[in-house]
Parts: sequence; C-alpha cells; structure tokens
Amino acid sequence: MDLTTTYMGMTLKNPIVPSASPLSKDIATVKQMEDAGAAAIVLYSLFEEQISGESHELDHFLSFGADTFSEASSYFPDMTDYNMGPDEYLNHIRRIKESVDIPVIGSLNGVSTGGWIEYAKNIADAGADGLELNIYYIPTSTSLAGTDVEKMYLDVVRDVTASVSIPVAVKLNPYFSSTAHMSAQLAAAGADALVLFNRFYQPDFDLEALEVAPRVELSHSHEMLLPLRWVAILSPQIDVDFAITTGVHTHYDVLKGVMAGAKVTMMASELLANGVGRISQILQSLVDWMELYEYESIVQMQGSMNQRNVAEPAAFERANYMKVLQSYR
Amino acid sequence: MANGTQRRMVTIDGNTAVAHVAHATNEVIAIYPITPSSPMGEMADEKSAKHATNIWGTVPTVVEMQAEGGAAGAVHGALTTGSLTTTFTASQGLLLMIPNMYKIAGELTSTVFHIAARSVAAQALSIFGDHSDVMAARSTGFAMLFASSVQEVMDFALISQAATLESRVPFLHVFDGFRTSHEIMKVEELTHDDMRAMIDDDLVRAHRARGLSPDHPAIRGTAQNPDVFFQARETVNPFYIKTPGIVQKAMDKFAKIVGRQYHLFDYIGAPDAERVIILMGSGAETAEETVNYLTARGEKIGMLKVRLYRPFSAEHFLGALPATTKTIAVLDRTKEPGAAGEPLYQDVITTISEGFADGTTPFTRMPRIIGGRYGLSSKEFTPAMVKGVFDEMTKAKPKNHFTVGIIDDVTNTSIEFDRDFNIEPDDIVRAMFWGLGSDGTVGANKNSIKIIGEGTDNYAQGYFVYDSRKAGAQTISHLRFGSRPIHSTYLIKKANFIAVHQFVFLERYDLLDYAEEGATFLLNSPYHADEVWGHLPRTIQEAIISKNLKFYAIDAYEVAKETGMGVRINTIMQTCFFAISGVLPEDEAIDRIKTAIKKTYGKRGEAVVQKNFAAVDAALSHLHKIDVPAQATSTIEKPATVPDAAPEFVKTVTAKMMQGRGDEIPVSMLPIDGTYPSGTTQWEKRNIALEAPVWDEDLCIQCGKCVLVCPHAVIRSKVYDETALEGAPETFKAVDARWKEFKGMKYTLQVAVEDCTGCTLCVEACPVKDKTQVGRKAINMEPQLPLRETERANWSFFLDLPEISRTDSVNFANVKNIQLLEPLFEFSGACAGCGETPYVKLVTQLFGDRAVVANATGCSSIYGGNLPTTPWTFNKEGRGPAWSNSLFEDNAEFGLGMRLTIDKQTEYARELVTLLRDDIGADLADALLSADQSDEAGISAQRERVAQLKDILAGNNGVKARDLLSLADMLVKKSVWIMGGDGWAYDIGYGGVDHVLASGRNVNVLVLDTEVYSNTGGQASKATPLAAVAKFAAGGKPTIKKDLGMMAMSYGYVYVAQIAMGANDAQTVKAIMEAEAYDGPSLIIAYSPCIAHGIDLASGQGHIQTKLAVETGYWPLYRYDPRRHQEGKPPLKLDSKKPKRPLKDYIYNEARYKILVKTNPAKADELLAAAQDAVNAHWHKYEQMAAID
Repeated sequence: MDLTTTYMGMTLKNPIVPSASPLSKDIATVKQMEDAGAAAIVLYSLFEEQISGESHELDHFLSFGADTFSEASSYFPDMTDYNMGPDEYLNHIRRIKESVDIPVIGSLNGVSTGGWIEYAKNIADAGADGLELNIYYIPTSTSLAGTDVEKMYLDVVRDVTASVSIPVAVKLNPYFSSTAHMSAQLAAAGADALVLFNRFYQPDFDLEALEVAPRVELSHSHEMLLPLRWVAILSPQIDVDFAITTGVHTHYDVLKGVMAGAKVTMMASELLANGVGRISQILQSLVDWMELYEYESIVQMQGSMNQRNVAEPAAFERANYMKVLQSYR
Repeated sequence: MANGTQRRMVTIDGNTAVAHVAHATNEVIAIYPITPSSPMGEMADEKSAKHATNIWGTVPTVVEMQAEGGAAGAVHGALTTGSLTTTFTASQGLLLMIPNMYKIAGELTSTVFHIAARSVAAQALSIFGDHSDVMAARSTGFAMLFASSVQEVMDFALISQAATLESRVPFLHVFDGFRTSHEIMKVEELTHDDMRAMIDDDLVRAHRARGLSPDHPAIRGTAQNPDVFFQARETVNPFYIKTPGIVQKAMDKFAKIVGRQYHLFDYIGAPDAERVIILMGSGAETAEETVNYLTARGEKIGMLKVRLYRPFSAEHFLGALPATTKTIAVLDRTKEPGAAGEPLYQDVITTISEGFADGTTPFTRMPRIIGGRYGLSSKEFTPAMVKGVFDEMTKAKPKNHFTVGIIDDVTNTSIEFDRDFNIEPDDIVRAMFWGLGSDGTVGANKNSIKIIGEGTDNYAQGYFVYDSRKAGAQTISHLRFGSRPIHSTYLIKKANFIAVHQFVFLERYDLLDYAEEGATFLLNSPYHADEVWGHLPRTIQEAIISKNLKFYAIDAYEVAKETGMGVRINTIMQTCFFAISGVLPEDEAIDRIKTAIKKTYGKRGEAVVQKNFAAVDAALSHLHKIDVPAQATSTIEKPATVPDAAPEFVKTVTAKMMQGRGDEIPVSMLPIDGTYPSGTTQWEKRNIALEAPVWDEDLCIQCGKCVLVCPHAVIRSKVYDETALEGAPETFKAVDARWKEFKGMKYTLQVAVEDCTGCTLCVEACPVKDKTQVGRKAINMEPQLPLRETERANWSFFLDLPEISRTDSVNFANVKNIQLLEPLFEFSGACAGCGETPYVKLVTQLFGDRAVVANATGCSSIYGGNLPTTPWTFNKEGRGPAWSNSLFEDNAEFGLGMRLTIDKQTEYARELVTLLRDDIGADLADALLSADQSDEAGISAQRERVAQLKDILAGNNGVKARDLLSLADMLVKKSVWIMGGDGWAYDIGYGGVDHVLASGRNVNVLVLDTEVYSNTGGQASKATPLAAVAKFAAGGKPTIKKDLGMMAMSYGYVYVAQIAMGANDAQTVKAIMEAEAYDGPSLIIAYSPCIAHGIDLASGQGHIQTKLAVETGYWPLYRYDPRRHQEGKPPLKLDSKKPKRPLKDYIYNEARYKILVKTNPAKADELLAAAQDAVNAHWHKYEQMAAID
C-alpha cells in the first residue's frame, strides 16, 4: 500500500505526524515514534515568553540584592555563560537530527515580531527541516480591533518566512472573523502550510481554593470535526498544504482528514494517553481499511471529500446548520 | 615595556588584584568567607571552576573549609607536603589562624596569606578596616608587607610571593579592608609572563623538595624539651636577617620587569624636611597627596611609607629618613590599650633610639617622636587630618599618643584640625551618587568606572558606602575621574557632580552640603519638570541658588516602568550622568554604555540587553534642565530625625548616627563598654515600603497568621475592653473579638506602615478570600504614602492600648492566641520578607520577658545588633530579652556560659532563701522555693513573690540579705536561647553546638537555616543542599546537606525539632514551646527562606517555597522528644505527610537550582536525580525511626 504523502515540499512515508507535545522532549521517545512509523515530527514549542521570561528572571535574581550591603556585593557565583533562550532547544534539535532519519519540524510559539524571530533562523540553522509557527494570542483588549490582530499575525509570518529558507507552517486558531480570508492572507504572507487548529487550553476554576487553575484536557475525536470542515473548505481554494491537528485519534480520523484535503494529520493526545506505539497500530488499521475498500494510495484519496469534490458542497456551509437542527428534531 | 608583553589597564578592586596574582602563583588555596576578604576566595574559586590555570599551566585546587582555623590547618598541611599554598582572610579569621602561623613560620615555610585588614571585635564588631588584626599576628614570625593602593596590592602580591620562596619566611600581604580591598581603581594588570619572570622555578622546586614524603621520610612537628627548644628557636635568625634584602631584591627585579620601583621604606617630601609622618597602608596615599600639596607650597615636611613592616629593617629605615628631621609623628591604625605606645610607634622609637646610641642615624640630634592613632574601623583619614598632624608637630609640646579624626573629650587625646582644608584638584571630576541598594545605583557606577577606566585614557576611582540595613539600604557612591593617577583614599567632601536617585533623601540629609560652587545636580524626581522645584525642601532650594548649581531632573521610575526595568533605574541614571557630566562626549558615552550593557547582561539573554538599551534611549528624552528661580520659595522643612518622645540617648546620640553625622559624636557621649539601650528601632521611621498592608476588618477571621509571619513585627493585634477606645483616631478600626474567652471585647489589627518593608508575606499567609472578589484578602497591599499620616496616629493609639494579661486562661500554644503576645523584637534591618526573623520574633513573644539570647555573628547579629538602632526591645514592665553577640565560632559556648551563670546564681539564691527563711518568712520562702513556673501564671506569681522578697530585704543590711537582693530575680525562671545561622551551627561553631547539646544543660539552640552563609553573600555551608549552586559550589553542591538533627538525636537526651513556619505554623509553635519546656538541651532547625535562594523574597515567595519544601519531603517536619521515650512511645514524631510531589516542583522555583540548569543541564539532571533519591532515602529513614520507641 502506498501511504506516501508530501508536506511542505517534503516527501513523507505516511500522513501521520506527531504534533508538538512534551513527548518530543526526550530523544529516546522521538526515536520510538520514528520506529513506530511516524512520518515526521513536530517538536515541542519554543515559547517567546520562555525566551524573554527566563532572561528577565535570571537577570532579576542575579541583580536582586547585589551591591546593596557592604558584606555581600552579590549572592551567586559569577558564571561564565548561561544556556539562555533557545540554546537548549537548538541543541535538542541537533541531537534529534543525529538520532532520527525522519524530517524534524521545529516549533516557535509567540506573538510579537520582536527579537525572538531571530530564533526561527537559529532553528533552521540547527538543522530543522521545517518550522511550525504557533501564533497563540488572546486579544483581551477592548481597544484592539480584529484587523490589528490580523496584521500582527501577518507581520510575524512575513518576518519569519523572510528570515528562513526552510518551509514554514502556520498553526492558527479558529477564531478569526473570516477564517478563509485570513488563511488566504497567511498563505500570501509566505506560509507553506496551514495547521488547523490550535487548541486553546482554557483555564478552570478551583472552587476550594477560589483560584483560576490551568487545566490540560486531552482532545477527543469529535473535536476533529471543526478542522475537518475547514480543511475541506480551504484546501481546494488556497494553494498551500494543510494539516489537521486536533482530535486525531484513530485511523478513521486520519482517513477523514486526508479525504478533506490534509496532507498530514497530526496527533498528540492519543500518543500521550495510549503510548507512541499507537502510531504503528493506526498505520496498520489504515492499511487494512484501505485494502478492504480497495484504495491504492493516500494520494488517491487526498481531497476526495473537500468542498469542491463532494456531492453537496453546501454541507460545509450554513445550510448544513439548518439541516442538522432539523435532523435533531 | 620591560618584558615585552603588553599589559592591560584594568579597573578593579583590591580583592580582584590579589585573586589575579594569588590564583596564578599557587597550587592549593584553602578558604573561608569573612568580610572584607571573602571576594578573594570567591574569585579564586570561580577561576578554578572556569578551569583558569596558574602560571605552570595547571588549575589550582580550591577548598572551602569549616573555619579559618581549618583553612590554616589545611594550608599548613599542603605546605608541609610541598604545595604552593595560599589563603585569604581578615580580622577574627586571622586570629583563628595564629596557632598555625607560628608553626608555619617556625618551620620556615614559604607562603603568602593575603589580608584585607579589618578591625578585631572589641566593644563591638566592625567589618571595616584597620590594622588591629595583623598587629595581633606580629609575633607569629610572618613577614608583613603593606600595600597602600590597588596597584600596590597587585604588585606586592607578586613581590611577596617571590620573596617568600627565596627567604623561606612566610608573608602576610596586608592591605586595608574596604578602603583598598573594595576600592575600584584603574591599574595595570600583571601578566603571567611578569609572574613567570618574578618566580624562580628552582625555588618552587626547592619548596616542593622540602615537602614531607614517604619517598624520603623525615619528621617535622616534634615535641622538644627545655634542653633544645630555645636553641632551635634561634636557628631561624639568619633567615629573618636576610629577608629585608631579599624583599628589596624582589622589588628591584620587579622594577626591571614591570617598571614600578618600590623600596622597603619609601620617603616622599622635601629632602630637607623637618617634620616627617610615618605610616603604612592606604592612609599613606592620602599622606603622600597632602605632603606633595604642602611641599609645593614651601613646607619642609615629608612622609615615610612603611612597606616591609616585619622583619623591620633598622638599616633601611634609618637610611630612608632625611637627616634634617626634627620631629616624627608615627601613625598607627590600631589600638593597644595599656601599651607604652602603638606597635609602629614603638618600633620607630626603638629603632631610632638604638640607632642614635650606635651612631647609625643620619641625625645630629635625637628627633622628637610622637605617636598617634587614626582611622580605626575605616574612620576617614583625610588631607585635613594629615595637615592637622603636621600642625601639631610644630607645637612646642605636641601631644603624644594622640588621636586624629575623632573628638576625644574624655582623655583629650584628639588633636585639632581644620575640617575645611581641602586639596582636591580641579582637574579631577568628583561625583557623588545617593541611591538605594535595590535601585542598582552602585552597579551602574561600577559600570561607569569601567567605561571610563578601560575605555579612555582617564584614570578612575570608585568607592561605595552602604548603610547596615538589608531592606531599604542606602548607598553612596564616590567616583573620581581624571587624566592622572588618583591617590585620594578618602571620601569626596566637595563634589562637582551630585546625583540623588531617591527624592525622599532630600528630606533626610543635607546632601547639597557636598556640592561645590557651580556643580551639577541630578535628581530623580517623581514630579514633572515644571513641578519639581515646588516640591524641594527649602534648604535644597537655597543650596541650589546660593551655590549656583546646574539642576537637572528626570522621572527615572517612569522611564523604568515604560521600558520594563521595574524599580531598577541604574541604566537610566547612568545615561543621564554621562549626558550632563561632560566626562565623555554624549554619543561616545551612549555607545560605550551600550557596549557595557552587552558585556554585562549579554549572557543573561538578549531580552535583558534590549530592555536596558530601551532604557538608555528613553532616558535622554525624559531628562530636563530645570530653570532655577532667584529666590527660594519652599515651605517644606526637613522633619526632625526622631520625635521628641524619644529617650535622651536616642535624641542626642542615635539620631546623629541616623543623620549620617556619627563622626561628630565625641567620646564622652558613647557607652564605655559596648552596652547600649534596647528597643531603638522604634524611633527610626524608615518609610521604605511603596505599599503597605491594610486590614479589612469585615473579612478578617482574626486567625493571626499575618501577625505571626510578619518578619518585621509591623502587624500587631490586641483584644481589649471597649472603653479603651475612648479618644481613638477617627480612622482607627475595631471590631468584636472572635474569641469565646473574650466575649464582648474589641479586636484591632494594626499595621505600622512606616516600619513596613512591603514584603507581602502577610497577604500571602492570609487564608481569607473575599466572596465577591476572590483576589482580595482580609489584608491587602495599598500605596503607603497616603496611609502614612493616619496610620501613624492609629499606630500610636494602638500601642497605648493595654496588652493582654499573660496570666489569662488563654492557651498560648495556639497560633491564634499568639498574635496577642507583644513581640520584643521589632523593625529590624533584615531583608524584606526575611525567613529568619519570624522565628526570632515568635521566641520573644513567648519567652522574651525572661530570655537571655546568645547570637552568633551573621545576618541575625547584624539585623539584631548593628547600630544605629537595634530591634531587641522591652515591654511596659521594662522586661525584655538580654541579647549579646560574642563571636561567630563560639556562640553555643557563649550561650552555655549564660546558662551556667543562671544556674549557679539561681542555686545560690535558693540557698540564701533557705538560709534567710526566718527573715523572709517561712510561707514566702517555701513558696519561692517550691514555685511551679511551668506556665505564665506560675511565672507571674513567682515574680510577685520576688517583689515581696525584695520589699522585705530592702531594709536588711546583712551581707547575705544584700546578696539575696542582688540575686532575687534569678528565682524567676529564665530561658536561654542560642541563635545563629547554618554557617555557625553546621560549620564553624559545630564543635561547640555539639558539646553544648551534649552537656545536658537546659539551653535552646535555634538554627536559622538559610542553607548558605547569607550575610557574607551566599557561600556554601554544610547545610547547603545537594544540587544547589552557591559560592564555592559554583558547579552545584555535589554532596547532601548534613543531617544536623539526626546527629543531635543520637544523644537520646536532646530535644530536636525541624520546623518550617510557612508550612505548618502550629507545629512551629508547638516545637518551640516543647523545646523551651524541656529541662535539657534542645535543638530547633528552622527553614528560613533567604535572598540567597534566588526567590522573590520581597514578594512573599518564601512562604510558598516553604510549603513546597515540606510537601516534597525535602524538609520533613518532626519533633524528637526524649520525654516520649520515657513514656514508652517513639520519641520521634513526623509532623509532615509523606511526600507526594517530586522535588523538582520545589527546587526549580529557585534560582540557586535553576542556575545549574542554565549552565550545565546534564549535571543538573544528574544532581536532581541524586537529590530526589536522597529525599526518598531520608524520608524512609525518618519514617522507620518514627516507629521505634
């Protein structure tokens, strides 16, 4: 069975790519994922806040209390160098590149067009085959217009794509006023691929402590329906590669994603919950299903159910909404 | 250049100069931290940690010892086996080395000890500089070479190293603590080539060959009898005779290689001088500068710098003095009470007398020789004082054994001098900066000195004065720049640039007294440029007008906020300095500042660099020149330093110190024996908090946790009768008390906002959340300034409310009730959020009115006992803790001695009660002897009996009755507390702690465990945990923390507890009360969050970290009570739960651990795993022990 696909100019042996998660922090686990059949890997994200935050924090503690008291001009030894900012991450990329043969995609998570974009170049220089740009921004200000937010995204994409020669994917959120228009603009700004969608971790309340508590909830297959719809809508319209990244847990999810037009489907929750060995199981099930239904290749089914190719294109639009409500009744 | 190698000009302090040479010319370095020498050891350790090699290409081994005595022992051992070995120390540290120094010298062993000379504690400890330590080591047989400046420190470090190898006589290389050890100067850095050229490798090999080895065995260190000891002692004489010649030879060789010529004695002045001053150390620089100034004006005077003080070469000395000398003044920077004169004076007298008798002096008649003391404890020594000495020498009967620089109105030793005499040249830029420690002023100035010193041809000097507070510390930076070398080793008195980085200082100090005519005045002002003039105090306005000052202002805090700098205004003010001082062209200065920022902060990450760059750029646009009106218009007057209500001593003496005018206090006004009144911090309202806590009386559940955790005792509560509210200020808050015992009474929680440091621990500890606004608690931080006036009145009213009766039937083992007990330790100078002081305060609440406290040197002795004001106080009955600090190393023994006095005197008092039973009355006598004093009611009853006893005895003139009267208070139970940090308890004082615990006596040892030597800047102790980075453990401490508690438990009869207030306050209270009640030795180890942990101590993070330390099992809470064993129960009781969280959840919130992750991630992983294993094993061991009865 021919499972090969392409993604951002890379030929991949199948459409399953582990998405950014803590699993990629350990080189041995990355190797296991490769052995299980992962076609490529997106590394955990290097956060803008992490880069600047760690610097500020270190500076704060090294400076705090220094030169304030005659008996102690400082409280820590003067070290020659610190692995600040992306050093650790870049070393990790280098080590992973040495350990595996599959393409390695670095991930940058941030919102500003500041100095941290320099790290995109560093990631490329460290040997990453591609870069996924995760623009995670919660616009809470009432004075910030949607167009300003969109501009911020586009500026980042332009700056990053201009600074590196490796392909750049943009992982975006589903909350734009016009997802289609925004996606087209991102592509025009230089994105080689669009990854749908980022999952925003929503804070929870701890009623005992009366505190806002961060909460990580793994995804479920039903969450894939949102990106599935949008990949189906966008993939025939915009000439970039698409990836589906939320709610991919089974071979059915992979099949649906590919048929909607995704070049790859990305998973993390499934692997976190049930182990990286799930990749080989899903691949086997995928092959079994394709054999059962007499498919020859992944390429054959890619986009076969996108909005242009389905019998009822309105199913992806408002008409579908009405239909669903009626069916419920 | 003599040896062809290019030398760098570097801008460094004296300690750095030593470390540069000492590390390069030794193989083994044994160290122990002590101010002001600690940085030498730290730098040596850092060099080795960075694999810097010595001149032979190998990395010296640096080892931290448990005490200076231990360091000297290790040095002796390494020398005995043939290594080139050195150490660095000062003051008491040097005194602890003396026994080994006799041995090292007696065995003719080549070594150099580098000494940042410091006062030896007498009537008080002082960290500052004088020669009393090295003078105490005169008889050891060490040679002594004195350096006067940072350049000489570097040069003499090498010259002494070369000379010791040739002479075999060990050397003390001495320079003045702080004035030289911490003064930053532009100097020429010696190269390794210079050092190789100076050090004769044959002599190094000869030193090595003399090392003991089983391959050519010999014994050294024999015991000798009266038959030979004396003769053997005389065998060394030839070596001492040769040493001066060898030193001069080394100096000559150095001159050939480097170009700077020194002599054993260097004379400066008129060749036909009639008056000559002799001295050594940094004062010689000032004397030289003054002599040059006066001789240029025709005075026939001179001065002699003593370089090699031991062996004292009469020949070289006499050869250096002009034959015309008629009067000599010998200045000693030490005091030897009862001696015929101070040491250098006596040496000069002896040498000239002997020479005159032998006819070897150049004099035709015996000069008059007088001696004087100057500069003790870094007391200023100025050109005015030098001139004063020369003036005194012109008198027909000059004072001998005089003092200069103080006013001695008791024995009238002091000589007069013209305080306005000023020789500072106009071509030197003199800049003074007033700042806070936390605003980064000193750091910025250090940077500026480097920019000018290393980036231009100018010479630069920096010296920094700090107050002795750790929270809200004030700093004054003295910077000089000029085109020629600077020899002014004294503070600036007239500056042509004055910067005040804190507006509030204008109201406190007469800062512009230091400004000369036409000077530039830069002010950080919270007010807009067109408003600032109106907010200046009148005296400041007048000074600006009368001195014709150029006045600039900037709201640096606004710029800092805009650019993400927080409260650090260092870069901003530095930029302003360069912009308006004219030291460098503005553009060049900005470039250099940015280069320096990149160099200083680059390794901390680009974000930090960018933040500072932004601050530089924003600074200039916010800087304004202020138009100065012709007339002063302000009605703002400087407030009184202390209120009228303060005691007379505080008003006349303490207040002067608080104003920075302590130099003006005459001898007669100071206590004769170091005994000072208690409770003086209450008179110093420092107002250092930007925000202070405000009580929400409606939300409050009156649990008292905020009162308990407050490190500075600024939050208090009282329960009182409603009638007491009469006359309360309008804003005074009172609600119904929520106690069943106090039904119908009122409760107030009051904050002393003027004494608060703004640490927010109270808010962190408050368990209440507002149901309508959960981010709000029952105590919340609000801006302090608007609260100041009202809360000052409220606090005053609160203090006058009656205290709760300690004999009421309230259980004081309950945390809620403890809030009602008056603390007798308040408003200390400890860091905001200090983790130690809540424990100290708690002890005073529980036992303060009958406590005797022995306090080891360290943070707790500094915030507890450093003048001007001290926090240990007393209650309305006049009772409070009796506190003293002896030394660092002897505190447990010191406290035991206090116990012995109490036990002995109590025993004698009881004997006398029995003896005088008939006079006293049988009932009272029996009651006194059988009193149950196990609780507050019992103690109170006994106090009443003692009062009756005193009444009865008052009229009795019998010898025994008078004795009993003098001892009667001993019949009331006393509580002995031995307190100190981990450096004391785990390291230097451990032997004493162990012995005192083993003694079985009823003492309470409280270890305030910050896990490093906090006071001296965070050096590792044996309490430092595995995986933490500290000074002397830069690569992460590879070994586990010593289990002090387990060691004490091994005795079986010592009460031992490990506590952590932030994690379990009830257990803390219980342990402290049990320990005190236990009639035997007790050890309490208290987890104390510290600035050296790299946490936001000033933002309440210590509280959170304490909880995590316990929850992760790193700091198990336990109580080992020998009494339980007698009851057939396991004596050890674990008070915390089995750890459920991994250690990393706790440690990686702290910079001390995270630094290792950032510098050596693999090592961090390895040590984290080892630390987690250690925690697991430790818990397992304790769990098992807790099951053994």
